[in-house]
Amino acid sequence: MTEATTLDATPVATASGGTATAAAAEPFIRFEDVSLRYGGAGGTLAVEGATLDIPKGGFVSIVGPSGCGKSTLLKMVSGLIPPTAGRVVVGGRPVTGPLGFVGMAFQNPTPLPWYSVIDNVMLPLRIVEPYRSTFRARYDEYRAKAEALLAMVGLKGFGDKKPWQLSGGMLQRASLCRALIHEPELLLLDEPFGALDAFTREELWQVLQELWLARRPTVMLITHDLAESVLLSETVFVMSARPGRLLHSEDVPFARPRGLDVMYEPEFVAMVHRLRTRIGNARAEGMRTA
Amino acid sequence: MTASLLSNRFVIKAFPVVFVALIFIAWEVLVIATGIKSVILPPPSAVIHDLVTKFPLIWPHALQTLYTTMVGFGGAIIVGVLLGALIGSSRLAYEAFYPVLIGFSSIPKVAVVPIFVLWFGVGTVPAILTSLVISFFPIVVNVATGLATTEPELEDVLRALGAKKRDILLKVGLPRAMPYFFASLKISVTLAFVGTVLSETVAANKGIGNVMMVASANYQTALAFGALLLLAIMGVILYGIFALLETRFAGWSQRKADIALQSH
Ligand SMILES: Nc1ncnc2c1ncn2[C@@H]1O[C@H](COP(=O)(O)OP(=O)(O)OP(=O)(O)O)[C@@H](O)[C@H]1O
Ligand SMILES: [Mg+2]
Repeated sequence: MTEATTLDATPVATASGGTATAAAAEPFIRFEDVSLRYGGAGGTLAVEGATLDIPKGGFVSIVGPSGCGKSTLLKMVSGLIPPTAGRVVVGGRPVTGPLGFVGMAFQNPTPLPWYSVIDNVMLPLRIVEPYRSTFRARYDEYRAKAEALLAMVGLKGFGDKKPWQLSGGMLQRASLCRALIHEPELLLLDEPFGALDAFTREELWQVLQELWLARRPTVMLITHDLAESVLLSETVFVMSARPGRLLHSEDVPFARPRGLDVMYEPEFVAMVHRLRTRIGNARAEGMRTA
Repeated sequence: MTASLLSNRFVIKAFPVVFVALIFIAWEVLVIATGIKSVILPPPSAVIHDLVTKFPLIWPHALQTLYTTMVGFGGAIIVGVLLGALIGSSRLAYEAFYPVLIGFSSIPKVAVVPIFVLWFGVGTVPAILTSLVISFFPIVVNVATGLATTEPELEDVLRALGAKKRDILLKVGLPRAMPYFFASLKISVTLAFVGTVLSETVAANKGIGNVMMVASANYQTALAFGALLLLAIMGVILYGIFALLETRFAGWSQRKADIALQSH
C-alpha cells in the first residue's frame, strides 16, 4: 500500500478510507459556495451556497428531493453550465467550460440509432484525444477494448446489433460502457439505474463497483435509491428541497468489495433509514416554504 | 410461405397501376356517355394517342423541363441544407431568419416569376429560379427540425467530452436529420416541377409548360392533357427515386419491420 502511494499517490490516497495524505488534502472536486439561478435575475434558484469536497478516486452519491438541483450540480462539475455565484474547482483548476474528458451516463441511454452497439460504445473515442486522432490507425485495438467492456456488463456478442434490437436494460448497460470507454478520470452518473428492473440494477451495481475498484475514477452518482447510494459510495450527500443546499453528509464504513448481503446488515439498514428521515424532513420543509 | 408473401407483395405493388387504369376507364366511359366535346375534355384514348404520335415533338420539351427542374432542385437542396443547418443549430439564426422565411414562403410564387423575367429575361433562368424558390422551404424546415430532435442528454454527454458544436452537428445532428431531409426531398422534387412549369407557362419558349400554353391556345386539348400526363409520370418517377434513396441512406429510421423485409 505505502509503496503504491509513493509511486502513484492520487488513486490510492483515499482508498484506505480518508486517512490524510498530501494528495487527499487537496480534493479533486471542490464546490465553493456555489449557487445557480436559471433564466436570469428573476429565474429559478436551483442551487444555493453548495460547498463540498470530493477526493480524487472517491465515490460519492447525491440524494435529495426531486427538483432540488442534483442534475444541475453535475452540469456545473462537467462545465456545461457556469455557476451564478461561487466556483467549482476540478483537479486544482476552476471550471470555466466543458472539461473535455468526463464520462457521463443518464437515465435515458440515448444511443445513436444508425450506429451498431459497439460503434455507440466507441463514440467518445471519435471525440476525445488522444483517441480521436488515432481512431482509424488503432481501430482494432479500440474495438477490442469496447468488446471487453461489453462483455463485462453482460453484452458479449451484442456489439454488432443495432440499438433497436436491444432491450432498455441492455441499452443502459451499453450506455455505461460508452461512459467508460475512454477511461475517464471523472464519471458523472445521473440516475443511470433509475429505469431498470431490480435484477438488472443489482447486477449493474456489482459491475460499477468492480469497475470503480479496478480503475478508481472519481464518481459522482445521483440517485433516488438510498440503498443504492449507501451500497456504492464512500460518502452520501443529502440535499435540501429547492433551492438545493447541502444538508448533511454521511461516510459509509462498509468494507469493499460490498456484496448484496451487506444490504441486510443492521448498520446498513439503519443508515438507509437515517438518510430516509433526512430527506423526508427536507421534503416537508420544501413543501412548507413552497 | 415465401411464395405467398411474394405474391402478396406483388398484389400490393400492382394496386396503384390497377387504380390508375380504373380512373382512365371511368374517364373514358364518362366522356362517351355524356358526349362531352373533345375540345373541353378529351377521352384518355385520345390523350394517349396524341402523346404517342407527337412524342418526338414533346420529348425535347420534356427533357428541357426535367433539366430545369433538376438544376432548380439541386439549388434548393444546397440552399435548404445550409439554411436548415444554420437555423437548426443556432438559436440566434433561428430567431433572425425564421420569420423572414415564413413570410417568404407565404408569397405565391407566380408573383415572383415576372420579377425574375425582369432581371434575367424570358427563358431557362427564371424557370430554374422559380423551381428553386418554390421547393427549398420544406428542406429548410425539415433539416432544422431534424437537428432540433437531438436529445439534450446526448448533447450533454458529447459536450462534456469536449465535442465542439461542429462535431455534434456532423456526428449526431446531420445524421439524425437525414430521415427528415429525405422525407422533404420527396415533397420538394414535385414542388420543383410545379415551379418550373409555372415559369414556363408564363415566360418561356421551351419546356412542357410552354407546350401546354401553345396547345391550349390552339385548342389542342388532348395534347395539353398529354403534356400533363407526361409531367405526372416524371413526377412519380422522381418521387420514386428519392423514396428509394431514403430507404438506402436513412433506412435505420424505419426500424425493424421494413429493414427486415428489405434485407431478405
Ligand atoms: N434548463 C433549465 N431552465 C430553467 N430551469 C431549470 C432548468 N433545468 C432545471 N431547472 C430547474 O432547476 C431545478 C433543479 O433542476 P434539476 O434538474 O437540477 O433537479 P434534480 O434534482 O436533478 O431533479 P430530479 O431528481 O427530478 O431529476 C428544478 O426546479 C428545475 O425546474
Ligand atoms: Mg435530475
